[in-house]
Amino acid sequence: MSADAGSVSAAGVPLERSQRARRKRADAVAGSGEVLRDGAGWGSRAALALDHTWRDESGFIGWLRTNDHKRIGKRFVVTAFLFFCAAGILAAVMRMQLASPDNHVVGPDFYDQLFTMHGTTMMFIFAVPIMQGMGVYLVPLMVGTRNTAFPRMTACAYWLYLLGALSLWFGFAINTGADAGWFAYVPLAGPQYGIGKRADVWNNLINLTEAMGLMVAVDIATVILKMRAPGMSLRRMPLFVWASLVASMMIIFAMPSVMLAANLAQFDRTFSTHFFNPAEGGDVLIWQHLFWFFGHPEVYFIFIPALGFVSTIIPTFARRPMFGHSAVVLSLIATGFLAFGLWVHHMFATNLPELGKSFFTAMSFMIAIPTAAQIFCWIATLWTGRISLRVPLLFVLGFFAILVLGGLTGIMVGAVPFDLQVHDSYFVVAHLHYVLIGGAVFPLFGAFFYWFPKFTGRMLDERLGRWQFWLFFVGFNVAFFPMHMLGLQGMPRRIYTYGAETGWGTLNLIATIGAVVIAASVLLFVVNFVRSLAKGALAGDNPWGAGTLEWATHSPPPAFNFVALPVVASREPLWVREADEPTHVSGLSAQTREGLVTTVLDALPDVRYSYPSPTVWPFIAAVTVVIWLFWSNITPSGMYYGLIPPAIAFVAWYWPSRKETAEELLLQRRP
Amino acid sequence: MNTSRSPTAAPADGDAPEDKAMRRRRQSTPASIPAVRRGDALDVANLPSYGFGTRSLMWWGTAGMSAIEGMGFALMIVAYFYLKSRSHLWPNEGGPPDLLWGTVNLGLACLSAIPNVLADKAANDHDLRKVRIWLVVFVIFGLALLGVRWLEFTALNVRWDASAYGSAVWVLLGLHTFNLVTNYADSLVVAAVVFKGPLDGKRFVDVAENAGYWWFIVLTWIPVYAVVYWGPRV
Repeated sequence: MSADAGSVSAAGVPLERSQRARRKRADAVAGSGEVLRDGAGWGSRAALALDHTWRDESGFIGWLRTNDHKRIGKRFVVTAFLFFCAAGILAAVMRMQLASPDNHVVGPDFYDQLFTMHGTTMMFIFAVPIMQGMGVYLVPLMVGTRNTAFPRMTACAYWLYLLGALSLWFGFAINTGADAGWFAYVPLAGPQYGIGKRADVWNNLINLTEAMGLMVAVDIATVILKMRAPGMSLRRMPLFVWASLVASMMIIFAMPSVMLAANLAQFDRTFSTHFFNPAEGGDVLIWQHLFWFFGHPEVYFIFIPALGFVSTIIPTFARRPMFGHSAVVLSLIATGFLAFGLWVHHMFATNLPELGKSFFTAMSFMIAIPTAAQIFCWIATLWTGRISLRVPLLFVLGFFAILVLGGLTGIMVGAVPFDLQVHDSYFVVAHLHYVLIGGAVFPLFGAFFYWFPKFTGRMLDERLGRWQFWLFFVGFNVAFFPMHMLGLQGMPRRIYTYGAETGWGTLNLIATIGAVVIAASVLLFVVNFVRSLAKGALAGDNPWGAGTLEWATHSPPPAFNFVALPVVASREPLWVREADEPTHVSGLSAQTREGLVTTVLDALPDVRYSYPSPTVWPFIAAVTVVIWLFWSNITPSGMYYGLIPPAIAFVAWYWPSRKETAEELLLQRRP
Repeated sequence: MNTSRSPTAAPADGDAPEDKAMRRRRQSTPASIPAVRRGDALDVANLPSYGFGTRSLMWWGTAGMSAIEGMGFALMIVAYFYLKSRSHLWPNEGGPPDLLWGTVNLGLACLSAIPNVLADKAANDHDLRKVRIWLVVFVIFGLALLGVRWLEFTALNVRWDASAYGSAVWVLLGLHTFNLVTNYADSLVVAAVVFKGPLDGKRFVDVAENAGYWWFIVLTWIPVYAVVYWGPRV
């Protein structure tokens, strides 16, 4: 572990002292038997040792090896945001094409790739990963621990995601962009009609991003259930953590469905199986069932973390604890369950039994109940609080307006007869953008403004933020509200152009103007981001005066998160402190990466946990898995020979080193 | 399970060299005591540095992965019966798979639970000698299971590209085989570490968790066997 000369450590400590701490550590581990333990405050010897223990190596190798949840979380967020911008540019091209009748900015084949790439990128490469990335960054801080439960797996998940996303876009660049819509229905994406390698690239992306999603979900769920700060019983768990837990559980049960579907489709393409081939006993509708059994819950595991953002931002800016905390938790859980009973409402235009469809209509209406319960709790919190109308809260208020509109059209399309009228029309396009942008992107921007100080140590500019909000709010409604009308007038989605005689030209032009305004608003955010990163106002530990644990440490947090793990005695530990309770944990090794495992319900301290060290193997494993997938697309034997390199990488990842074992034995106590 | 909580109560296991090493390690690793209050702090220095079962984070990771894989099996079985309900040719001309090898494997899988349970128990007792013995027995069982699985594929009486029936049977059995092979490879690695690698208490947890994942392989084999072999017969 080499420290770069002349630098200052993350805790703001000059390096010579850090080097002294390193010598101390070397002495201790070498056999004096005395281990330096944490528990003292900032600037203590233990803090210096912690800093040395947890800091990544500098340089490229350190960058490649890191398993620090903050670095990986930031990578997720930045990568996903860049793909959000890229997919937004595709949307802008589509809006240019549709701005006037009989337009020829792009041709039909390229247009197919445009809307497929836009939808696929927004759903699989932007929305899910960015929500999980925020969780990777925030959850360990909010529950008061030093890293995720499986830090190497988090790292591997990121690399799988990045390589998958790049491969999809590389395909697009060489005219092999997916073109069968973001839900890739068969037979259009099957071997008969999906010629070339376009659908293969899409199937690989699904495998890689869903593997990422599942790995991160297991990781986050484990952190939440087993690594909460002592005293943070389930009753005291912050609402964003609850939302992340519910979303993770949903991912665990929903994502296998789309992975299975994508693999069956790929088997049809590579091995000539007949799952979706009616001529040989297959069936195409089963694709839709498998896809939407994932696809509908997906909307909710994008939406639920966003609800978590809202429920975190509102109490902070209303200056009071959440009204109906338990009701909000129960609503999140109820939403998680109900979301699995809705998938057929995407299939109302198929020949399923009518009685079955009415069940799904009822379920679709029912999910409005927990959402409404939360909205009432938020209103009550704001009503009885002392409101401070900063940018994060502004985005939350925008979310209210737009989500309610999107929810109302959702109830409309949840009814079979109405859905049959507007199915595959722009009404659905309007509805889904109201729900997804209103329900997820508005809270996400609010969350960016809220947590940017924690991520970077600096504030985003408030004035630019207000401009961005109003441009986004107005631009969004100008772009998407006319689509309701276009849909009712009969304009189908996914057409590359339309005739002047349809009379859709004016509304389409208005929608395009709205898209330009949205683009300007996003650009303003990028400007604000870059400027504030360099010279934004310094934030301090807790600029908003918030009550949750991520604000109990420095901004940005040091590599070890907390100088001593906190002990919690209330829901808002920074607001309410019980007089007679311990305030922090002591006795974890400051010379090795050690954490604390607590019990599931009451978060009683149970076992110490030594985190795995950073290594390059998760990266190598991810690369070999990607090679395996593409190899198996080219030749069927790649399916099994290609498994050998990942197997080697995973074994090397696991194999314990002598140094780790020596450290482990030094600290070992039997259960 | 009945782990001794006192460092001095470790039972003697004979005089083989590894037992001496084991005993030395036991003596150098004192048993844990709960967290204690010291002023404003909660001192956790003497908590155990690892734990078995739900006390281990990896148990939760394995449980999550089992939920994911289990969901995959459940959905594939649903897909099997969905396709069956749509197809006139189920099974196709070749008839259903021969019962022999699949049933043999069902028996083997159930029997493999014995070395699995014993390896798990030995790991919980920190009994290195027994861990090694039962892991070796277990690895032999696994090899037999894999061999018989190969024979199963030869007795399916249908190719994967013959019809949707063939595709469903091959993928269902293939999915289970993929899990079987990965867990078998896991077991080999864990066995190699137990014989060769640097050892500490956490490696016993690895053995126990590997045994836990094997339960998933055995328990999923029962419904998958039922569907592959009896699905076309009902």
